[in-house]
Amino acid sequence: MSPLLHIEKVGKRFGGFVALEGIDLEVKQGERLGLIGPNGSGKSTLVNCICGTLRNETGSVSFDGHKLDGLAAHERTRRGLARSFQLPRPFGSLSLVENVRIPILYTVNARKKGHVPHAGIDARCRDLLGEVGLLAKADRLPKDLTQIEMRKLELARAMAAEPRLLIADEVMAGLSHAEVDEIIALLIRMNGHGVTVIMIEHIMRAVMEVSQRLAVLVAGRKIADGDPKEVVRNPEVVRAYLGE
Amino acid sequence: MASSVASSAKFVLALAVVACAIFFAGRAIGNSYAFFLGYVVVQYIVLGTAWNILGGYTGYVNFGVTAFFAIGAYSTVALYKLMPALPLPLMVLVGGAAAALVGLGTGYLTLRLRGVFFSIATLALAVVVQTLITNWDFVGGARGAYVLRPKMAPLMGGEYVQYLFVIMLVLCVIVLATARAIERSSLGFGFAAIRDDEAAAEAAGVPTLKLKLIATTLSGGFMGMAGAPLPYYVTYLDPTSGFNLNYAVNAIAMPLIGGTSSWLGPVVGAVLVGGLQEVLRVTISSAANVLVAGVLMVVFVIAAPRGIVGLFQGKRK
Repeated sequence: MSPLLHIEKVGKRFGGFVALEGIDLEVKQGERLGLIGPNGSGKSTLVNCICGTLRNETGSVSFDGHKLDGLAAHERTRRGLARSFQLPRPFGSLSLVENVRIPILYTVNARKKGHVPHAGIDARCRDLLGEVGLLAKADRLPKDLTQIEMRKLELARAMAAEPRLLIADEVMAGLSHAEVDEIIALLIRMNGHGVTVIMIEHIMRAVMEVSQRLAVLVAGRKIADGDPKEVVRNPEVVRAYLGE
Repeated sequence: MASSVASSAKFVLALAVVACAIFFAGRAIGNSYAFFLGYVVVQYIVLGTAWNILGGYTGYVNFGVTAFFAIGAYSTVALYKLMPALPLPLMVLVGGAAAALVGLGTGYLTLRLRGVFFSIATLALAVVVQTLITNWDFVGGARGAYVLRPKMAPLMGGEYVQYLFVIMLVLCVIVLATARAIERSSLGFGFAAIRDDEAAAEAAGVPTLKLKLIATTLSGGFMGMAGAPLPYYVTYLDPTSGFNLNYAVNAIAMPLIGGTSSWLGPVVGAVLVGGLQEVLRVTISSAANVLVAGVLMVVFVIAAPRGIVGLFQGKRK
């Protein structure tokens, strides 16, 4: 069976700085992949290349057997790729329901060739907000949310696009222990609904709990990929995190 | 879907009733000044609403209002010279189409620019268009062109300014109905998403480039339509009047003062500022126009950034 996401020799430079170099990575349908690396290792650049926010200069990204190179970010979302942002980026002038409505209107509706009945959209938005525990604030603006609620809104908005692959970019940064547990449970629940998950994270407890496989980037190169317990013991990975 | 069509139909009907009431009230007054004043205020409603589609709904601030407005006005001058018998409504359509095309082209060329860089590009567009028209002899160039205004209004009788007023009222109904329909549609949500965060909008599946092109085309087209009857209103059009700073400042100030989040904002702003400017023009000086709009704009940006309408609908938010 071909992988859901296939990344082949992806490279990206910013001027003279090599952000990514020859990255190969495969993610299988239904898998939970952890992607770790020190700051500046290229994790977010890789996510941006996968999602179309940035264009990779070399290599290619394929999703479900189709090359994504050259496609705009919104077209990739319509094909089933969704992401949350490292820093929450809600639509500030829209209520939570309206935030979640956007991907339904523009992704699910486009995918179903305009056949999403408008009458059911509001109920669907509230269901999604209910799943992440934000139903009580459904008609409020994002400015009224706490940090964890912002993260949950990001996830609800990503899930509203009915993705096959969700990329959660440091969705737990800055959260308390209990809040991290909540997000972990949420990601595992989403995965249980058949959504493949790539989780980029610095909180190792969460990484180890969520990931079935772990890949490590250092200075734009992949240095390890495999079973999480083995990867964290890999001398090269230990050296990258702790130094010589 | 059916309910939104019915709601839009009711809205258009209500606007048409209000427009008729205003027109017949003007006739009852029996003073042509009322129509001249009404024309200016309604023209600013059209212009402000057109600006708001791109600037308010989508968040792309266009400083090049005069380019689109003058394209409409000068297309009428050109058509008047080529086919003087052409009915004015057709000239308005042609002016709108020309400005819409320029809007589309501007969109393609500039919409990879964001924020202040986009605004500067639109300002440059106004300078380019003004330079071209100033050097286009066929439409009068720098010396300007005369357009003979017929004495009587066709079909309806009365003075020609009444006809101009009716045309502007019809434009106003069309533009307001379009703006309201946008607000309540997927397009409106897409515009709002672009305004709030373009990268997040793309990630949510919004085809941002396509929507921005729709916004620039609609906005430019309506601005051109607002400008198209101008030569018949002023009867003499030169680049100084066609590209007057008043249009640019008012088209931005009126939605900002009234509120950019709703179709009602530019209406409130235009009636308030346009009315106030006219009172000051008659009682003090015509030079007070830009000053009034400028001072009010500064006050509202600081004290009530969501405008007058925002103050009333702001309880929830």
